[in-house]
Amino acid sequence: MAAAAARLLLRSVSSKDPVTNIHASLHNSFGVTLLKLFPSCTFKPKTQKRHAAHFTFHPDPVPTKYGSTMKMNLFQSVTSALDNTLSSDPTAVIFGEDVAFGGVFRCTVGLRDKYGKDRVFNTPLCEQGIVGFGIGAAVGGATAIAEIQFADYIFPAFDQIVNEAAKYRYRSGNLYDCGNLTIRAPWGCVGHGSLYHSQSPEAFFAHCPGIKVVVPRGPIQAKGLLLSCIADRNPCIFFEPKILYRAAVEQVPTEPYLIPLSQAEVLQEGSDLTVVAWGTQVGHINGEVAAMAQEKLGVSCEVIDLQTILPWDIETVCKSVVKTGRLLISHEAPVTGGFAAEISSTVQEECFLNLEAPITRVCGYDTPFPHIFEPFYIPDKWKCFDAVKRMINY
Amino acid sequence: MILKMAAVRRMMKLYGLGFHAIRQQTSLRASRVPQQRAFHVNGAQRQQPFDSSVEKPQFPGASAEFVDQLEFIKPNVISGIPIYRVMDRQGQIIRPTEDPQLSKDTVLNFYQKMTLLNTMDRILYESQRQGRISFYMTNYGEEGTHIGSAAALNPNDLVFGQYREAGVLMFRGFPLDLFMAQCYANADDLGKGRQMPVHYGSRDLNFVTISSPLATQLPQAAGAAYALKRENSNRAVICYFGEGAASEGDAHAGFNFAATLECPLIFFCRNNGYAISTPTNEQYRGDGIAARGPGYGMMSIRVDGNDVFAVYNATKEARRRAVAENQPFLIEAMTYRIGHHSTSDDSSAYRSVDEVNYWDKQDHPISRLRHYMTAHGWWGEDEERAWRKQSRKLVMEAFERAERRLKPHPDLMFTDVYEEMNPGLQKQKESMWRHIQQYKEHYPLDLYDK
Repeated sequence: MAAAAARLLLRSVSSKDPVTNIHASLHNSFGVTLLKLFPSCTFKPKTQKRHAAHFTFHPDPVPTKYGSTMKMNLFQSVTSALDNTLSSDPTAVIFGEDVAFGGVFRCTVGLRDKYGKDRVFNTPLCEQGIVGFGIGAAVGGATAIAEIQFADYIFPAFDQIVNEAAKYRYRSGNLYDCGNLTIRAPWGCVGHGSLYHSQSPEAFFAHCPGIKVVVPRGPIQAKGLLLSCIADRNPCIFFEPKILYRAAVEQVPTEPYLIPLSQAEVLQEGSDLTVVAWGTQVGHINGEVAAMAQEKLGVSCEVIDLQTILPWDIETVCKSVVKTGRLLISHEAPVTGGFAAEISSTVQEECFLNLEAPITRVCGYDTPFPHIFEPFYIPDKWKCFDAVKRMINY
Repeated sequence: MILKMAAVRRMMKLYGLGFHAIRQQTSLRASRVPQQRAFHVNGAQRQQPFDSSVEKPQFPGASAEFVDQLEFIKPNVISGIPIYRVMDRQGQIIRPTEDPQLSKDTVLNFYQKMTLLNTMDRILYESQRQGRISFYMTNYGEEGTHIGSAAALNPNDLVFGQYREAGVLMFRGFPLDLFMAQCYANADDLGKGRQMPVHYGSRDLNFVTISSPLATQLPQAAGAAYALKRENSNRAVICYFGEGAASEGDAHAGFNFAATLECPLIFFCRNNGYAISTPTNEQYRGDGIAARGPGYGMMSIRVDGNDVFAVYNATKEARRRAVAENQPFLIEAMTYRIGHHSTSDDSSAYRSVDEVNYWDKQDHPISRLRHYMTAHGWWGEDEERAWRKQSRKLVMEAFERAERRLKPHPDLMFTDVYEEMNPGLQKQKESMWRHIQQYKEHYPLDLYDK
């Protein structure tokens, strides 16, 4: 069997097929042949099937106050926001790795052809350069929209973000600022991203006065919040949940509209327990956990999408906890030092006497984001459900 | 297109095999017709289709010939990139065509700005020693790099600095009162008292506020230049940094972005021999900073930083071409840091007094210019005495005013974090004042504006 495979390999390699043929067919036919020669490989036992992170995205209702809408997924809603911006603001420029051809997540498809090479362009592969350049472009008067290819790669730019962008206005006595800078980055778990394509680094930046950090839960929010970040006169970091790029589809207004920053949204009113989350997790909680809690435990959850991590809407969260007396916070990022810790600390300061149970955090474990263990790692609906149960029975 | 009166091209062999740096020397009397700007975007594109029948390399990554002998390129640091100068150490013009032939008033202004800076440095350094200000950095020995380059720019060109470029600001007209206000962090400080001394900034004079982290300004300068290029405003950007900062990753990022994105920008490196205590042979092994330029595809030159006319000529031409051709220029100005790194440093710990004295006495930008002025009959002992007295008086008066002034109101600790005040910060401010009201005897409120 092995000898036959080896002979097949040699024959294919010595063939004099022209360049165009070898490329696809040689590799494909070799792979297919190999699988056929080893029948055990073609049988996929149940245990081998990839356990994809699957969930149902629950779209928001169709917005009526922003004009006509169009079906868009998350990356299309980002494109729409960028398109609106380039159209109305002649100083706006979009740059980063691979944005010219449309971006690795297709967020900038069509923009270079429509608006020109000087406005949508690739940069060298250097995150500290991308953000530094973006700061300078903003200082020079442009509306600078920088793309970091994955939030996991934002760390080389940490110095530029924390020491420069965040402090530009303060340290100059308001002579200079880089408020026209927005940094976008794909964020969060995606089913198979592992250590370096799954991170949610919002907590690192939450500790940095002077920047704003924003995470949308779906396409409608993404466009409105991104446009607010771009319009906002402070440097903003906009994290886009990458698992939602294709999976989240909503009717999104085609015209520009703004969803305010630093305003949390109460998605579902409730009386027994407040749940706070942001990004992908909001969909899990709002769509599934709240229903399960009502059905199986008779618990009425108030679900809040925080939306802006920094500066966060302390008032809305505290007001809710005063009403319900219980708080559950959930995020994918590791629990220690995660942003849930900040919310928890503030709420216990402000609402101590209103609390009926300890504030609970359902978050990632204190490990790097794992590959094959993702189903065990993520704060899924069962973990959240169980936390609700414990809090109610406290 | 660009018109030149007499262009002299010279090919120069920098490295051993197959690597050349082209240095173009244009006469300084080049015509002043307005240049038509070529706006290239993503310049180098592959011209010919791939063709394997030809024995030429087809790689997208490099445009080069094949070679069949194994030979490593030897970096040439023994006789590195030569140093352009106009005056010798005695202030004599070496090649008359290179003399920018500036007017007496212009040259006197150069001299007075350099010496005023020197006087201010002496007084503020001393004031730190006496505990009047918390910190200071002098510019001794590098005055020529500041004044020569600043004079070659337009007033609305944007300046990004590191921390040893006070002369640029002084040349542009930043008043002594505002230098002092920043060092004293008093209520007149444009920066509202938030930063350590020498972290100057001025919107009116297009000088971006200094920050302490090194080399962060390099990619920012590239971004600003890109924005100005799109504005079509005929403005350039200059970015100053030291040879130590050039080791930072941000420097590499800045060079690469400026070159690939075709930015009208001058990178001006002050190579003064030391990064605090670290001498250049521990900072780099190559031929300084200028030799890195060609690696990025950047026009580069090395100049005598203590020769104010050489600095002026190089900056002027670099500026003209950076804007006309939308490409960055790298100028490495060789100089020497005569003073300590800062008031927190005592450089006798790592260098000899003899070394410092050599530069102070034998190759100083101020002396060299004075010799030039004396030779022209524009300056003498009387003028020198009178000017020393006057400049000292100006500095001392500003100093005394700054010292008497109150500090900014503590509310200013909470503003400008964001453009707008947010509720969280508002509460923190109120909490602070409640605390201070209760414990006021422990806080130096009398020193601050009411």
